[in-house]
Amino acid sequence: MVPIEHAIALSGILFTIGTVGAIARRNLIVVLMSIELMLNAVNLALVAFSRLWGNLDGQIFVLMVIVVAAAEVAVGLGIVISLFRNRESMNVEDVSLLKW
Amino acid sequence: MSVLFFYVFAALAIAGALGMVLNTRNTVAAALSLVVTMVALGGVYVLLGAYLIGALQVMVYAGAILVLFLFVVMLLNLRREEFSPQRQLPTKIAAAVIGLLFLLQFLRLIDGAFGAPAAIPADFGGYRQVGTALFTDYVLAFEATSLLLLAAMVGAVILAKRRID
Amino acid sequence: MLVVVLKLLFIVLVIMAAFLPIITWVERKQSAVMQDRIGANRADILGLRILGLFHPIADVLKLFTKEDVVPAGANRVLHLLAPVIAMVPAVMAMAVVPYGGVYRFGQTELSLVVADIDWGMLYIFAVGSLATYGAVLAGWASNNNWSLLGAMRASSQMISYEVTMGLAVVGIFMVYGTLRLPEMAIFQDQTFRLLGFLELLGLVEALPVWLDWIRLPMWGIFLQPLGFILFLTCIMAENKRPPFDAPEGESEIVSGYHLEYSGMRFGLFYTSEFLEIPVIGMIVATLFLGGWAIPFLSQETIIGFVTPVFGEGVATAFCMALHVATFLLKVILMIWLQMSLRWTLPRFRYDQVMDLCWKMILPLSIANVLLTGAAMLWIGGLR
Repeated sequence: MVPIEHAIALSGILFTIGTVGAIARRNLIVVLMSIELMLNAVNLALVAFSRLWGNLDGQIFVLMVIVVAAAEVAVGLGIVISLFRNRESMNVEDVSLLKW
Repeated sequence: MSVLFFYVFAALAIAGALGMVLNTRNTVAAALSLVVTMVALGGVYVLLGAYLIGALQVMVYAGAILVLFLFVVMLLNLRREEFSPQRQLPTKIAAAVIGLLFLLQFLRLIDGAFGAPAAIPADFGGYRQVGTALFTDYVLAFEATSLLLLAAMVGAVILAKRRID
Repeated sequence: MLVVVLKLLFIVLVIMAAFLPIITWVERKQSAVMQDRIGANRADILGLRILGLFHPIADVLKLFTKEDVVPAGANRVLHLLAPVIAMVPAVMAMAVVPYGGVYRFGQTELSLVVADIDWGMLYIFAVGSLATYGAVLAGWASNNNWSLLGAMRASSQMISYEVTMGLAVVGIFMVYGTLRLPEMAIFQDQTFRLLGFLELLGLVEALPVWLDWIRLPMWGIFLQPLGFILFLTCIMAENKRPPFDAPEGESEIVSGYHLEYSGMRFGLFYTSEFLEIPVIGMIVATLFLGGWAIPFLSQETIIGFVTPVFGEGVATAFCMALHVATFLLKVILMIWLQMSLRWTLPRFRYDQVMDLCWKMILPLSIANVLLTGAAMLWIGGLR
């Protein structure tokens, strides 16, 4: 039997790694991948809780999150490609035109 | 036996995540580390009884979304990330420290907070149960996600189209 | 545990060690026969040629002794890893395919499938979607424009056909009511009256008894002919089998992502491609051709027939051997079919491949689902 607490701990660890990656990395694609990692950590927590309470709601929510993540990746990578076409750089600090 | 598998998959997932975040030289290697994480998480879902979600995780996340990431990385042929270490290092250290503090607090909070897992029917998390719930109780959310996917598809096509000047 | 190891050994020894070399021989000989020539027949051992059956051994020896060239500027780790990643999904897909039914030997029950997963077909789709990485990484890690072109073609072709592959079999899932491959094979062990549709349409009250003996086995290919054609097309395109081998277009992009691979690395790619041929055969045989079921003899019939003569145990063992032989025969039939398709149809142009997927197969599979649903509602319980 899988210890549910350890699954939730794993979810926390992955979420932390994802957050640190999203904050500290400057490569736009790695930032997007860190966001995906955070979404996956949340999925894992949802599945673990669904198993803990014997309720299928968690798994349905996970399905919705997977769909939203797929849509977000598609549009996000389209934006990344357009950015790259314009600026030739993948650095998040180069797209700071709107900064005051 | 399944507990051993869980720890193996958990270790793989953490290793993959760290490989992705800490890899500054090679973006393709970072994407591949994330693939390892996704497949390992798929395994964890199956161990937790979510069979349909586990299969979908591998099919959609590892098999399609990350292939898309790899595509973009390969097509744009990204070079090594240029950075000035002096300016970057305080941010990275601060992020790491805050992350570690958050993680420790989180682990302390969940320690012993949950009871034993509920007894589940044998078919829990199988495609039949999840499918029935999806099409009866949650059919509105299901239809809404289909609209969302349509919008995303249209958006992606418009973004990727070349402007005919 | 021992039983699982034995089943795994069967797969490894029969399918991989015995079938694979013979398939490479079949490819050369069948193409030769179809093209009215002799084919490869020069390899001999001690002067014995036997129709060129020693050529697979010669091929393997050649690949082993060739120099392993890694192009300059290539990513060495990924270059080495890509053929391995290409091989793994093909091997993993064989774990859920039943090559025999469930047999009762006294107290124990022997089920001839390595892993009886409740969501078997989903497992095959999930594992098959990982095959994309082999092609993509091979193309990128070779530091070569032709390889990259081949990899891009391969990956978009594979992810497109994954979608339609899933849709094409939704009709089959509706009819069988399960995703478990052993259960599908057991379902196909029965027969149905061919003229029964007259009764359902209300044209006759009840079919006269003497017409009852016109029966067909309840195979997927008879219940879902459109699904069979669509699925066969999709799974051949997914595995980049000719005529869908635009990623590997030998006349356009010089072998695509295989280009910079020589020696045993190419041997691994070659093996994975040729391993997918029986894997396709196994999946299609289980879904559409009745798996291990013999057309008009169900398991009870065979066992009931043989038991009075030889006893229960021998009858079950005989039935088991017959079923495994039938399964292998159907796989061989599918291999023959794939080889024939390969050497008959010219290669599709890449935009034709994509057009076929999104503009023809996708609408047709959705129509198939609609038709199947309508038919099932009309019949009111096909299961």
